[in-house]
Amino acid sequence: MQLQVMNSPFNQEQADLLNRLLPTLTESQKVWLTGYLAASQSIAATTGTEQQLVAPTAAPSVAPVVEQTISKEVTILYGSQTGNAQGLAENAGKTLEGRGFDVTVASMNDFKPNNLKKLHNLLIVVSTHGEGDPPDNALSFHEFLHGRRAPKLENLRYSVLSLGDSSYEFFCQTGKEFDQKLEELGGTRLNDRVDCDLDFDEPAAEWLEGVIAGLSQAQAGGTEAVLPTTAVAQETDTVYSRTNPFRAEVLENINLNGRGSNKETRHLELSLEGSGLTFEPGDSLGVYPENDPTLVDRLINELNLNPTEEVQINKQGESRSVKEALTTNFEITVLTKALLEKASAFLKNNDLKELLANDEKVKEYIDGRDMLDLVSDFGPWNGSAQDFISILRKLPSRLYSIASSLSANEEEVHLTIGAVRYEAHGRERNGVCSILCADRLQPGDTLPVYIQHNQNFKLPENPDTPIIMVGPGTGIAPFRSFIQEREEQGAEGKSWLFFGDQHFVTDFLYQTEWQNWLKDGVLTRMDVAFSRDTDEKVYVQNRMLENSKELFEWLQEGAAFYICGDEKKMAHDVHNTLLDIIEKEGGMSREDAEKYLSDMQQQKRYQRDVY
Amino acid sequence: MVNKLILKAPDGPPSDVERIKEESNYLRGTLAETMLDRISAGISDDDNRLMKFHGSYLQDDRDLRNERQKQKLEPAYQFMLRVRTPGGVSTPEQWLVMDELAQKYGNGTLKLTTRQAFQMHGILKWNMKNTIQEIHASMLDTIAACGDVNRNVMCNPNPDQSEVHEEVFKWSKQLSDDLLPRTRAYHELWLDEEKVAGTPDVDEVEPMYGPLYLPRKFKIGVAVPPSNDVDIFSQDLGYIAIVEDNKLVGFNVTIGGGMGMSHGDKETYPQLAKVIGFCKPEQVYDVAEKIIMIQRDYGNRSERKNARFKYTVDRLGLDAVKEELENRLGWKLEEAKPYHFDHNGDRYGWVKGSKGTWHFTLFVQGGRITDLDDYKLMTGLREIAKIHKGDFRLTANQNLVIANVSSQKKKKVNELIEEYGLTDGKHYSAIRRSSLACVALPTCGLAMAEAERYLPELIDKIDEIIDESGLNDKEITIRMTGCPNSCARPTLGEIGFIGKAPGKYNMYLGAAFDGSRLSKMYRENIGEEEILNELKVLLPRYAKEREEGEHFGDFVVRAGIIKATTDGTNFHN
Ligand code: SRM
Ligand SMILES: Cc1cc2nc3c(=O)[nH]c(=O)nc-3n(C[C@H](O)[C@H](O)[C@H](O)COP(=O)(O)OP(=O)(O)OC[C@H]3O[C@@H](n4cnc5c(N)ncnc54)[C@H](O)[C@@H]3O)c2cc1C
Ligand SMILES: Cc1cc2nc3c(=O)[nH]c(=O)nc-3n(C[C@H](O)[C@H](O)[C@H](O)COP(=O)(O)O)c2cc1C
Ligand code: SF4
Repeated sequence: MQLQVMNSPFNQEQADLLNRLLPTLTESQKVWLTGYLAASQSIAATTGTEQQLVAPTAAPSVAPVVEQTISKEVTILYGSQTGNAQGLAENAGKTLEGRGFDVTVASMNDFKPNNLKKLHNLLIVVSTHGEGDPPDNALSFHEFLHGRRAPKLENLRYSVLSLGDSSYEFFCQTGKEFDQKLEELGGTRLNDRVDCDLDFDEPAAEWLEGVIAGLSQAQAGGTEAVLPTTAVAQETDTVYSRTNPFRAEVLENINLNGRGSNKETRHLELSLEGSGLTFEPGDSLGVYPENDPTLVDRLINELNLNPTEEVQINKQGESRSVKEALTTNFEITVLTKALLEKASAFLKNNDLKELLANDEKVKEYIDGRDMLDLVSDFGPWNGSAQDFISILRKLPSRLYSIASSLSANEEEVHLTIGAVRYEAHGRERNGVCSILCADRLQPGDTLPVYIQHNQNFKLPENPDTPIIMVGPGTGIAPFRSFIQEREEQGAEGKSWLFFGDQHFVTDFLYQTEWQNWLKDGVLTRMDVAFSRDTDEKVYVQNRMLENSKELFEWLQEGAAFYICGDEKKMAHDVHNTLLDIIEKEGGMSREDAEKYLSDMQQQKRYQRDVY
Repeated sequence: MVNKLILKAPDGPPSDVERIKEESNYLRGTLAETMLDRISAGISDDDNRLMKFHGSYLQDDRDLRNERQKQKLEPAYQFMLRVRTPGGVSTPEQWLVMDELAQKYGNGTLKLTTRQAFQMHGILKWNMKNTIQEIHASMLDTIAACGDVNRNVMCNPNPDQSEVHEEVFKWSKQLSDDLLPRTRAYHELWLDEEKVAGTPDVDEVEPMYGPLYLPRKFKIGVAVPPSNDVDIFSQDLGYIAIVEDNKLVGFNVTIGGGMGMSHGDKETYPQLAKVIGFCKPEQVYDVAEKIIMIQRDYGNRSERKNARFKYTVDRLGLDAVKEELENRLGWKLEEAKPYHFDHNGDRYGWVKGSKGTWHFTLFVQGGRITDLDDYKLMTGLREIAKIHKGDFRLTANQNLVIANVSSQKKKKVNELIEEYGLTDGKHYSAIRRSSLACVALPTCGLAMAEAERYLPELIDKIDEIIDESGLNDKEITIRMTGCPNSCARPTLGEIGFIGKAPGKYNMYLGAAFDGSRLSKMYRENIGEEEILNELKVLLPRYAKEREEGEHFGDFVVRAGIIKATTDGTNFHN
């Protein structure tokens, strides 16, 4: 159609020129022009011209004129295991609403993939778990996008925020995969992906700025001001938060393992009095540990630094002594390739340079070694104290599944912490947080803590719903909270607990409490497996199999199934055993069993809290 | 013959244990299930009552009780298993099995008991079946090692008169076996025997015991004078072998002995058995069966504290019981024959038996077979058992006789004895060699104070006084128990200690060296310091004032330091 003064924003002269020019343009010229116009911020097409200006294929890297129906709809999907991504997604949602967007925030699980095509603006906030695997509530969505049924998404504008931990081999893997896949499907980035390490608040805030810019840009005028970054990180419920932890007093700290055990598991009771912090069964507690002072001393010594020398510890310019900084602020027990590279600049050591040239060797070296090893292996340190501090990452908090229920223990939170001690490269190594709790924490001391809400590990809303809980070792923790809660509720639902550890006599965590709950019928049933009491090892999954018929009946009755504890081995074995049981007792094919389980997942009847 | 006596059992509601026995269907109860429950290493009180009949007790390591409670762990439940060895005789093969089981399932030690049996401690519930099966495979068992039935029949292992000993032992063994309960519960529960459907008629199952078994435990001992090592007068029923020109002619029968009592309850007291006559060897079983049935019918089933046969005898009167016995037997006992005891302890070291074989009596402190850093007793005995062709004999004083060693083997055995420094106790003071202590803490659930773990220490200190008084070679029997149940027969020791509270004991004096007179309380509730202060006075005095060959127990009576107890009924006054 022809451009006219009345159907376009142009005056007669412009309209004539355009009407003469447009028909002569080739497709590629049109594409170039669109991009050019878009980029130069002077997009002023009318709906009428779309067909003529549209670039059907190969969208340019910058948002095209296409779909200029100014969409204020933004969908934020998160995939989150332990709640970080969820928290960020929700805060981003609030911020955007504040900016007048109309926002939907949902877990990837709750999102119907078929609606994907209808979306205009999609933000993805996702973490990575396992060994580069998606979080449980991202699995099905991730699978859908990477499957054959994934739709073309030319009309989609998106951006990915990925959470991860740079000490893992596949850093932010899941985020990277989503980002790339969406591009392959034809989507266009309205802001580049940002990969966050454990200390994710600032990068996340920056990402959101970029996103808002992108979105606003896409809107005619793009007049909206960009929000201050700080608003983003803010927790909504209480003043105390991950970024502003509460110092909780230790009320009780006991070893749950009897004499002669190979294990040490601490039962910690902390007071939340005056914190206003609240939580639900299934939530975790974040704990900010301090490094082992003797290790810090040895490191400073090896670095040949003056422990009292002041160093700056953050952008805001706070400063304190090297010793304090290394004790409370920075991570010194984990090595990463990136860290080695930064360090190499100050170590000026050829062996290290050589090592860095070979990824395999790097992986091998960093396993089970720490900063002290690095400096003593490749020292001397030819840098300042500040140089050293500057290459370190912040000491990350540790999460612990909460082992108590607020309704049973008001203003208290209980934890079940397994002491991590091992020997590596000729030195006794200690887990930073667990050994702080085991060796250096007395009743009366305080710990900086925050609540990590976890919507992906919750009791069924309906107290009558049966629950099956599998929690060997410290995996027992959240189930103590579950049962405490159900006891308080006077819940009618059946409950079945599987627990396992090494030895019955010394390692039956919370034994007397379970015995009482069984007696009172609060806990319906318990099966235990102690791997080192018998010649052939038995584990929780063996007990599940022994009871496969009944277990499947419970599932058929709608029972929710929970796994907590070791991620590397146990969670996988239990998962597969569960599939075996469904297959066997349900007379299903493997595929159907898998379907059965992912349906359970969809219905939040299969939840995991693994680490 | 008409029974003109009207004997009756005391009335009163039956004790709870009677109910448990009644409901148990001949000692089965719910043991089959509870033993499989994985949530607790313990079992219910009711089942534990029944467990005793199977030779085992549920216990817990009392050293760990409080600590574990804080740790939210149940008590360190474990089972004690008592292996019946009639007359205390076991083969080297059996010794090796006990040793192995103690290592594999137990706490790594063996206890030689004051009734000549083996005890293992620290066996977990899940290992009980295997342990019992392996014991069974070695031709030993734990049936009726505890419980309201007849126990392991004791018998003097004195190797000096071998033929007689052999014969006496034969009778004891037979007695022990013939008096066993007949129920198949043990075989079903532990040895996987098929359960016979339905409950058979009482007479088929327990013709002698009946469905309720006895009101209380019942103990039989057989002594061969002049040794009273089995403390014949402490037994419910005793047989004193009468030997005429090296032939066993029969036994004097004693009834109504027992040691147990309760603090502060004068209705309970230790009592010595009385001789009621003489019977021929072949009559031994009849007498035992009828005595047991009398206790079954007239014993106190309402008050367990007063349920032992000794109280039945004292209540009905010796003559009445004797008459009832003869009524039931249908014949009369003969006149008791003269006999003489001169000690109730053991004689240590090598002796040659009349058959030309050798016997080595080993001093075992507290009857505990274990390896210490400086004394590898358990290993030493294991090595000996591997080459030994004779037998092992557990004594009533918790010691061990390596018996029937051929002259050829003697050298080899002796080499091992020396290699491991196994001691006949010669280098110890005579008082230590004459010591006896019950298990008590940490395994005994009834202990009020230490015994086995403490007596050796106490004797270290007493030895100093002994030394100064020059009494090193003077045998003085000294016995300690952790509570008044008196498992080490403390009131038959010349110096006796009975636990009252941690570190506190009642002190008893005046028992006869040959076990023919009970002691009496001398001091109540005293600790180590007071104990030593008392002995610092008593022992030197005995050293100075004693008459030729006079024993300490007799001395304290003669010197008026303590009043003689002439009968259990005046023990408390
Ligand atoms: C192992 C042994 C002591 C030792 O160091 O050798 C022993 C150990 C126990 N005796 Fe005993 N008694 C042992 C010989 C005795 C004796 C001595 C004897 O029989 O010559 C007596 C005193 C004689 C008598 O029976 O009167 C004896 C009188 C008791 C009593 C008190 C009985 C009474 O009539 O009052 C009890 C408690 C009870 O039966 O209620 C008892 C109970 C116990 C128990 C089972 C405690 C319990 O009931 O929970 C002890 C187990 C401790 C442990 O951890 O092993 N034990 N007990 C002896 C095992 C003998 C055997 O092989 O069968
Ligand atoms: C959601 C969630 C819930 C959790 N809940 C609990 C809980 O309830 N209880 C609990 O105890 N823990 C729990 N954890 C784990 C906890 O957060 C910590 O990871 C754990 O306590 C170890 O922390 P640390 O500082 O003591 O050890 P760190 O200093 O972090 O050291 C741990 C690291 O040491 C290395 N390492 C450990 N053992 C060896 C070895 N044998 N050889 C070589 N290297 C080794 C591994 O790299 C390991 O990652 C949970 C984790 C998550 C994510
Ligand atoms: C068991 C476990 C495995 C993890 N594996 C990885 C990984 O392979 N790669 C990575 O970058 N981060 C990994 N992480 C770190 C998490 O991605 C990081 O803690 C993130 O903040 C969690 O976000 P969420 O709370 O939304 O799940 C792992 C964390 C846990 C607990
Ligand atoms: S005397 Fe008492 S403390 Fe000693 S073993 Fe017997 S019951 Fe236990």
